[in-house]
Amino acid sequence: MYRILTGAAALMIAGMAQAEPVAPSDVMFDDGTVAASLTGVAGDPVAGRQVAMNRKLGNCLACHVNSDMSEQSFHGEVGPELDGVADRWTEAELRGIVTNSKMMFEGTIMPAFYKDAGYTRILDDFAGQPILTAQQVEDVVAYLMTLAE
Amino acid sequence: MRVSIAILAMALGATGAYSGEDASLTLEDGQSLTIRTDAPPHTENLSEITSGWVYRSDETQALQLDDFDNPAFVFVDQGIDLYAAVDGSEGKACASCHENVEDFAGLRASMPKVVDGELVTMENLVNNCRTERMGAEPWKWSGGQMTAMTALIGLQSRGMPVNVAIDGDAAPFWEAGKELYYTRVGQLDMACSNCHEDNYGNMIRADHLSQGQINGFPTYRLKNAKLNSSHGRFKGCMSNIRATPFAEGGDEFKALELYLASRGNGLSVETPSVRN
Ligand code: HEC
Ligand code: HEC
Repeated sequence: MYRILTGAAALMIAGMAQAEPVAPSDVMFDDGTVAASLTGVAGDPVAGRQVAMNRKLGNCLACHVNSDMSEQSFHGEVGPELDGVADRWTEAELRGIVTNSKMMFEGTIMPAFYKDAGYTRILDDFAGQPILTAQQVEDVVAYLMTLAE
Repeated sequence: MRVSIAILAMALGATGAYSGEDASLTLEDGQSLTIRTDAPPHTENLSEITSGWVYRSDETQALQLDDFDNPAFVFVDQGIDLYAAVDGSEGKACASCHENVEDFAGLRASMPKVVDGELVTMENLVNNCRTERMGAEPWKWSGGQMTAMTALIGLQSRGMPVNVAIDGDAAPFWEAGKELYYTRVGQLDMACSNCHEDNYGNMIRADHLSQGQINGFPTYRLKNAKLNSSHGRFKGCMSNIRATPFAEGGDEFKALELYLASRGNGLSVETPSVRN
């Protein structure tokens, strides 16, 4: 009886996590890192590659060279190369950097991808929403974790 | 740090498609324009200022060297016609009061400036003559007639060093412009300085970032095949960072124009320049 109950409770919690991603304002940072998944659903590196590449979503190539996307022309040189980021950073660090890089790199030009408030003169079309959804952040982080050398 | 990055970028550029970074801008008639010089003291974070021409591709650079190749001159010609055209209730043209447009030599280099406590741009001067002296309708800030006229008047100062005043009456406007230049805006949360001060010389995707100087405005852009006002460009950069732009001709953009012009004090007026 006891066993069955805990099993059901565990299922319920997992189900809730799936339905309710952590809201942008509720993300817990520790020294710039975010340990817990924003959604409880494992990131999909293939989807994450597309999100990172898309000019209206991650648009990471605007600023970063990434040899894994050498089929794309014009990689920016504003930030460091993404080659080998999985060797340099842990998953929690990468989640923190993508969620809000200002928590890791003070005063950086890199936009926060999961932050929906505190902006100045934001265009109405974008007000009140983050650049990426919680799952897109998880997908991008999963993709970055594949960039080992 | 900044300097070393810029030098590295230039070294890289010299081997790539941007060999033009080391080029000098000498017009067909032999006149040489100042495209790089020491930063003025009030531009604390730069040691050298450079014209946006420096960062363009060889092909785009070439278009500005010869007035016959420079597509902006089609619009300058329209400006010449407008200059002579009678308009408004007073039956006057620009030429009725200002016989020779050459007499405006030097004006562009000192604009915008404060007149009777108000910050005044070239567009303000033009529209003021239209409404107060000609009895004509004001032109739209970035419309074809206005940019044709500001290009024609600006051309009279080509080659002269930008030299806008930032002290005295101008100081509060300059401070306001500086504040805007360093304020992060929009969903991408960036200030003008993030791209044009911290990252000039770097590629941002397919764009080669310049210092965002305005010594060449109005500028002909290959992208839209027309002359573009500086306020139109500010608006574009703000929209790109997903920020609500200020109004063209409004107090904020006028102050920003003064501040940006002052960052270019010492560069030659390049009007009308060519950019992509
Ligand atoms: C507008 C520029 C810009 C964009 C867009 C951008 N970044 Fe960055 N990024 C930077 C800069 C600059 C740094 C270096 C941190 C600093 O000192 O500011 C950085 C650092 C990083 C780092 C740490 C790299 C290292 O090895 O130190 C990672 C990982 C990263 N970015 C990932 C991304 C991803 C993923 C995206 C897109 C979803 C992205 N960035 C979009 C500018 C950008
Ligand atoms: C995300 C990066 C970015 C930001 C932030 C940005 N710009 Fe730009 N800007 C560009 C790019 C890219 C160009 C085209 C290449 C160049 O000339 O730098 C440009 C061009 C310009 C030019 C034309 C320069 C020329 O030689 O014709 C001006 C002026 C300018 N920007 C002003 C501003 C102002 C003012 C702001 C702040 C309100 C601003 N920019 C913010 C990216 C940016």
